[in-house]
Amino acid sequence: MLQFRQEGIYCIPGNFYIDPWQPVDFAVVTHGHADHARWGMKKYLCHHFTVPILKSRIGNDIAVQGVSYNESLYINDVKVSLHPAGHIVGSAQIRMEYKGKVSVVSGDYKTQNDGLSTPFEPIKCHEFVSESTFGLPIYNWLSVEQQNQQMQNWVLQNQANGKTSVFIGYSLGKAQRIMKALSGISPLHVHYSIGKLNEAYESAGVKLPAYHIINFQEDIKHVDKGIVIVPPALADSKIINKIPHMANAICSGWMQVRGSRRWRSADAGFAISDHADWHGLLDAIKTTEAENIYITHGQTAVFTKYLNEIGISAEEVKTAFGNEEEEVEETKASKL
Amino acid sequence: MRAFATLINTLDSTNKTNLKLEAIDRFLHEADNDDKLWFLALFTGKRPKRNVNTALMKQWAIEVAAIPEWLFQESYASVGDLGETIALVLPQSPHYIDRTLTEWMNRIIALKDRTEAEKKEFVLLAWNNLPTTERFIFNKLLGGSFRLGVSSKTLINALAKHYQMDASAVAHSVMGDWKMGDVTFDDLIKGHYTDTQLSKPYPFCLAYPLEKELNELGDVQDWQIEYKWDGIRGQFIKRNDEVFIWSRGEELVTDQFPEIRDNLLQWQGNFVIDGEILVVKEQEVMNFSALQKRLNRKTISKKLLEEFPIQVYAYDLIEWEGEDWRHKSMLERRQQLESLFLLNPSPHLQLSTVITIDDWEVLQAIRENARSINSEGIMLKHKASLYHTGRKKGDWWKWKIDPLTIDAVLIYAQKGSGRRSAYYTDYTFAVRDGENLVTIAKAYSGLTDKEIKEVSRFVNKNAIEKFGPVRTVKPELVFEIAFEGIAFSNRHKSGVALRFPRIARWRTDKTVADIDDIEEIKKMIH
Repeated sequence: MLQFRQEGIYCIPGNFYIDPWQPVDFAVVTHGHADHARWGMKKYLCHHFTVPILKSRIGNDIAVQGVSYNESLYINDVKVSLHPAGHIVGSAQIRMEYKGKVSVVSGDYKTQNDGLSTPFEPIKCHEFVSESTFGLPIYNWLSVEQQNQQMQNWVLQNQANGKTSVFIGYSLGKAQRIMKALSGISPLHVHYSIGKLNEAYESAGVKLPAYHIINFQEDIKHVDKGIVIVPPALADSKIINKIPHMANAICSGWMQVRGSRRWRSADAGFAISDHADWHGLLDAIKTTEAENIYITHGQTAVFTKYLNEIGISAEEVKTAFGNEEEEVEETKASKL
Repeated sequence: MRAFATLINTLDSTNKTNLKLEAIDRFLHEADNDDKLWFLALFTGKRPKRNVNTALMKQWAIEVAAIPEWLFQESYASVGDLGETIALVLPQSPHYIDRTLTEWMNRIIALKDRTEAEKKEFVLLAWNNLPTTERFIFNKLLGGSFRLGVSSKTLINALAKHYQMDASAVAHSVMGDWKMGDVTFDDLIKGHYTDTQLSKPYPFCLAYPLEKELNELGDVQDWQIEYKWDGIRGQFIKRNDEVFIWSRGEELVTDQFPEIRDNLLQWQGNFVIDGEILVVKEQEVMNFSALQKRLNRKTISKKLLEEFPIQVYAYDLIEWEGEDWRHKSMLERRQQLESLFLLNPSPHLQLSTVITIDDWEVLQAIRENARSINSEGIMLKHKASLYHTGRKKGDWWKWKIDPLTIDAVLIYAQKGSGRRSAYYTDYTFAVRDGENLVTIAKAYSGLTDKEIKEVSRFVNKNAIEKFGPVRTVKPELVFEIAFEGIAFSNRHKSGVALRFPRIARWRTDKTVADIDDIEEIKKMIH
């Protein structure tokens, strides 16, 4: 049912693309991150919650249709429905059914419940397309409670030393998780790009803690000893040096490895990700009971080899989805 | 061990000195004295011998994690550190054993006489009862290299501040060859242990690269001018008829240089001399590759002694007849050093030559000529300068000769290990050899983070072949490679070895057609 084309992942009987990276007539979009939701499609279909994100990122004038999770519709005889992927708000796995055969394209997903996005929902299918961003056994996330505890402790320790805690995380997804984890400890100040996406979260009915938008053009002494959240594009910029008594932390799955923490030379690194970890990927794939697995962006070669070794038929697929999370975010941030 | 783990984690991540100082201070508050002493022992390289073989550890980790070996290897290639890879692939520990660093160390030392099965049981129990960071530290404590992300200067300053002591006194106490078990933390820090110690070296006084115009330095007569040598900086200690030779790496190398030791044993007086160990043949200083042949040998044969004769060029006198002379002026110290040499003529030690000039203008030409005598450039020491601990701006300057450079093309790239494991940071470069390319150098440093990202992107797109973690890339990116010296070498395919190669800059203006030819490069060797 699926074909991996130059333009993107193509549903043959449905005559539409999923997360295409070149302009096409009809795009079904899994979620709002820039490597999955691109400019130039004649028509978009996505989850309701993703609609405002698409509009704010691509343009208000796009033709976009929003649907709910588990709501079925037919596109050229293919029964299409969206199911929670647990990645960020509105993120969806695309289920396609045609003549008794079911294919699922999962986009980006995580199996851990972050308390903000609708939790990942496993779907039985014949073909499953999976990412493999953290498809190495070294990537095992702590529980959300443990992660939150780590961040809270770090903030408290900074406060005791008269420091301002600066968190660096993607404006869509990660920033909101950080906010939730640190709610009530200290005033939350966020960069305006995060503020803009917070509105998208709130319009989707997700309740976020109170926050202030920080304007770097103005005097920002008032953030001293508080909490500031900025997107990665700002991490190496001069403007964050305006923050008084800064101690900075990067929140990213890559921070699991000491080498990456040192390489980024932030003062702290928290391995918090919106992607599935090693066991998350394996569990998700096994639960689908799919006969064929297609592995897209990430540790494709290694992960595919391992799946085949444990008796799961898998194939590597080349896509234009970001394997370097960071680069993706940089382009995203510059668009905002 | 939790306090120690937090300390290591912070030292590893941040590159801000004040945050490192705070972290050390917190550890000094929280940890008990035995743990603090172990921290200093580990920092100064006093590790117990490895009692558990790394190959076994790897095998056990593969068993516990239930993954194939190749997958472990892939993980290792991505992480860049065996102890850390093991810590990460193991399942999360359901329980926690709360032991101090000292308790862990004692148990690790006690493994010495245990059977393999007992060792395995101990290691697996620890793995199953420690969270990832502490598990990683445990693996490191079992042996092997344990790099703590802090300079000795920062550590010394933190200790000095915490105990309100003088930094040089703390440095003096902490360096040197004290042993675990012979000393308590308090005695060591407060220097009670030091006095009985004959071997203790001083922290070296270091120079900053010259960042001014010569004439801004003032009167040329106020400066002691010497050649800078590319050997091994050392301290030559004689106290109570015993001789100790320390390298700048804080290693005791006395027995590697028996000719110097035996010379000094004949000398009169008690002293600490700062100088450079060099291979000197027929009055000519040989380049570093000759000296390398003398290093890390178990025994020094007569043949080696003859083939690579050692000379010490003495720069400074930092202790004289039991008195610390570091607070005296360079001028005074040099005068005393000269009288010491007058008293003790010897074949293997000589005074470093002082270059006397009347005018700064002459120095430029002298510096340019330095390479022809295998010198690295010029040292400028103010005659009033004290012998500082570490670097202090303004008193001592080094004015190195400009490096040699070639243009070469990137052919292999590998992801960095440790700090840089996320990007391609280790590069191999080639130059032209007729119609072919020949490898000339490996270089790890010299690019900005931004450039490294860009090169990584290029490597991802242009990888031709994959050998484990190494990628062969299309020969397209040209870099200017700087190096300090060049010598013939039959260990290298190109026939030459470069000393300290590094990337000077990315020549985006050049193509592979512009790179240098190996035959031309060989002409640089004199």
